[in-house]
Amino acid sequence: MSAREIAAAVRAGATSAAAVVEEHLERAEGGDGEVHAFNSLLADHARRAAVAVDRAVAEGRDPGPLAGVPVALKDNICTRGIPTTCSSRILDGWRPPYDATVVRRLADSGAVVIGKTNMDEFAMGSSTENSAFGPTRNPRDKTRVPGGSSGGSAAAVAAGFAPLALGSDTGGSIRQPAALCGVVGAKPTYGLVSRYGLVAFASSLDQIGPLAADVADAAVLLDAISGPDPADSTCLAGEAPRAAERLDAGVDGIRVGVVRELAEAEGMSADVVSRLRQAAEALAGAGAKVDEVSVPAAVYGLSAYYLIAPAEASSNLARYDGVRYGLRVEEPGGDVTEMYEATRTAGFGDEVKRRVMLGTYALSAGYYDAYYGKAQKVRTLIIRDFDAAYESFDVLLSPTAPGTAFPLGSKTADPLTMYLNDVCTIPSNLAGHPAISVPFGWGDDGLPVGVQVLAPALGETVMFQVAAHIERLAP
Amino acid sequence: MTEVRTGWETVVGLEVHAELSTATKLFCGCRNVFGEEPNTNVCPVCLGLPGSLPVLNRMAVELAMRIGTALHCRVQPSQFHRKNYFYPDMPKDYQISQYDVPINADGWLELPGGRRVGIVRAHLEEDTGKTTHVGGGGRIHEASHSLVDYNRAGVPLVEIVSAPDMRSAEEAKAYVDELRAILVATGVSDGKMEEGSLRVDANVSVRPAGSDQLGTRCEIKNMNSLRSLGRAVEYEASRQIRLIGEGRTVIQETRHWDEGAGKTGSMRSKEEAYDYRYFPEPDLVPLAPPAEWLGRVAASLPRLPAERRAALAALSGSSPDSDAVVTVVRLGLDRLVEAAPPEHAALALRRTANEVASDTEAAARLDARAFARLVALEAGGKLTVAQARTVLKELMRRGGDPEEIAAELGFEALDAGSLEKVVDEVVAAHPAEWERYAAGEDKLAGFFVGLVKKATGGSADLGEASALLRSRRGG
Amino acid sequence: MPSRITPEDVKHVARLARLRLGPEEVQTFTAQLAAVLDHARDVEALDTAGVEPTAHPLPLVNVLRDDVPRRGSDRDEVLAEAPEVEDHRFRVPRILGEAP
Repeated sequence: MSAREIAAAVRAGATSAAAVVEEHLERAEGGDGEVHAFNSLLADHARRAAVAVDRAVAEGRDPGPLAGVPVALKDNICTRGIPTTCSSRILDGWRPPYDATVVRRLADSGAVVIGKTNMDEFAMGSSTENSAFGPTRNPRDKTRVPGGSSGGSAAAVAAGFAPLALGSDTGGSIRQPAALCGVVGAKPTYGLVSRYGLVAFASSLDQIGPLAADVADAAVLLDAISGPDPADSTCLAGEAPRAAERLDAGVDGIRVGVVRELAEAEGMSADVVSRLRQAAEALAGAGAKVDEVSVPAAVYGLSAYYLIAPAEASSNLARYDGVRYGLRVEEPGGDVTEMYEATRTAGFGDEVKRRVMLGTYALSAGYYDAYYGKAQKVRTLIIRDFDAAYESFDVLLSPTAPGTAFPLGSKTADPLTMYLNDVCTIPSNLAGHPAISVPFGWGDDGLPVGVQVLAPALGETVMFQVAAHIERLAP
Repeated sequence: MTEVRTGWETVVGLEVHAELSTATKLFCGCRNVFGEEPNTNVCPVCLGLPGSLPVLNRMAVELAMRIGTALHCRVQPSQFHRKNYFYPDMPKDYQISQYDVPINADGWLELPGGRRVGIVRAHLEEDTGKTTHVGGGGRIHEASHSLVDYNRAGVPLVEIVSAPDMRSAEEAKAYVDELRAILVATGVSDGKMEEGSLRVDANVSVRPAGSDQLGTRCEIKNMNSLRSLGRAVEYEASRQIRLIGEGRTVIQETRHWDEGAGKTGSMRSKEEAYDYRYFPEPDLVPLAPPAEWLGRVAASLPRLPAERRAALAALSGSSPDSDAVVTVVRLGLDRLVEAAPPEHAALALRRTANEVASDTEAAARLDARAFARLVALEAGGKLTVAQARTVLKELMRRGGDPEEIAAELGFEALDAGSLEKVVDEVVAAHPAEWERYAAGEDKLAGFFVGLVKKATGGSADLGEASALLRSRRGG
Repeated sequence: MPSRITPEDVKHVARLARLRLGPEEVQTFTAQLAAVLDHARDVEALDTAGVEPTAHPLPLVNVLRDDVPRRGSDRDEVLAEAPEVEDHRFRVPRILGEAP
């Protein structure tokens, strides 16, 4: 059942939230041994929440638009009293004393959190192999990665453990695993969803977003969590566009631009590009005006991203020092600086250390202008090129990832190889624009391929409209 | 004013941190209050917990604009930056501050003598927590471990940086005194050095008198009173002069003022110029106060100490940097001088600065109109100087009416008519002496005045008596 | 653009970031970081003269909060997560120097 169907059934009293939750817990308990989508399965918490939903229904109170729907949360979203580890040794077992804003909104909507999902440590990675607690396996083929960094969330949905999940996307971390697992994943406009309670990786790029088995479910989930939040200064104050507004409107007359530089990017697999062309043709056949468009600065996105994101991260991760929470490694007779070093060295994995050092370097005296400063200007150029494209097009189209799910361990030797996974997704983060990955067929290896729809800032309505139609036309 | 010390000039710049008088902290709703139980006045934001985000306090911005305007700064659009460094009292291991675009820049402060000290900038930043060192008598170097309380973390500060325009310890003290008066007058801070709501660091260097090159400076910290500041500046200047005199060089470093030993000492384990890796704070958006907000701030500023000194000086015919004027303004007792009849302003000033100022608590209760009547009584000769002082003391002690108090004390105001009678009697009783006095022997005035004093039991206004004698004589 | 990152640079930033690296790690990380930075050199070719940096993707200004107190965290809940507590405060090993 889709999330919409579950909610409708629970609201109507046709099924109980308790039954729905029990069914999903059973599936997860049975199947997650192999997949490892979850860092923690919250059976008691979920059952209590389900009881509360059922009581509301019984008492004639509105249980919310997502009543009884199980949701999996990426383990970098703070849940009060419940471990939030970011899949890092340094936060192993840490229980936040507060809930993220999105968690409160989910509770208000009647959704039931059933677990915290595995991820690349501190959201740094594209395969969920950088987790301190072991990788997640792609449910479609367990010898392969689910993508990352929201690999656990994507796998949970793909495996049917939960119809909905939340992930976070800084350079593609929702969309790329969605594509590799064959589910829908969306990154909203920067500022549409509150970041309060999202453990920060790169503050000017991070966004929380939905993963689901279909576009409509993802839209409903996004609408439930988006909107102004006074606790987040970077959260937009105005009324949020509704993602679920025009899902059935079709694409007649919609101007769709296929981004040349991304379709032709280095390392793109031929079968992935072919699926993109197929999707473009299908849209044209359905009445859309499809053409090629150039966004020249997009090719510089990777370079700018791998300076900006690590720089912000190096500062955001400084607080993990063993003083106030999390891991502490203290040496007898040592001083506090030695404690900082021992704690961080033991607590962070290699990818995190790499990015922290890269970021520290990019910000350090004498290098700021050449690295971080320059990258922020490249960002402006990317925004300009996107804005120019949107003069003539309503949405843009590109592949989501360069290929299908790759085998576990096949890209871990060289970090740079792993980084190239993000070439199509990064530009949207840099621009602050929304983007969504929709499953569209399979690669030559039979593994899922995703197509990415991009829209201008606050263009969620038309973006989901086009995504829904692509889904209808998918092979 | 150049202090010439065997051919040397002392150059001082001051950095003053003032805690703002807001109800809450700079970035969260925790109360801005002193003295609570440790770690009871904290929240995810000021603790820097993973996922927390800062939101800027409107009143802190208002107060920053007020002090900027009062210091004649350009109040401008500004940005927050992160200043990155590790220290246990830093919850995030970075401080949110302002770097190259501060809210206030390029102003000046006028010292009582009329000299101006340049204000380079006055910016907003958050305070740190407090560390207590355990073992070794509470000093950092002998401690076995430390304890951290984050109640103070996040309290709003304005950091006011002066140009190196001061030339002596006296000027440095006068600057801090004046700055504090302005901070208090504008309601920006309560400015108490001893309580830590006003903290002063001094940059001290020396150079040969007449040179316009700046010497190497040292930053002096840990001065907890104006007196310490003065002593520290003096000591440091002497130390540097002695070093250079011995053919050695001054090393640029931070030094710690030791109140007990009366010297500055080098701070141990000091790293080379620290690399703070400043970059714009991505969790906050730029600040651009609209012109009409700035207009309201400017319009609502009270009269500043320099203006009040000028007004009092004009009123009383004194110099604006005379001790009396400076004292009266510093103690906020202008209202007393202003209430007196303008022709008696000089006398009112003297009485306020001398007698009233000696008891500030009583001064606060003193009714201005009663004081004005007392001044008029003294000025009009109804009370002698000694009598007036006595009545004033009583007035301050218990309030009431100066005429009634004078009557109670038996100070019958000797009116002009009865004094004339006494003078006539005395003159008539000593015709020989009168002839000599009338002929020009001026020293006989004392003889007659003494007799008048005896005849009136000391209550006559002797100045008035002398005047009457002279007018009898016809001169 | 600055010259290639060296092992000395890596040791320096590791110190700044409070990380300890073994000699082999220094070598490995130097090579890896150099590869990423090399890749980043392509932005050098871009003409960014007169281009303003984008610190925020969306043009927000003046987001402010009223100066009104709000309930904070429960001390026990916070200290329960602390690695070491003494006297209701966070205990740390001896600090060698004053704050920079």
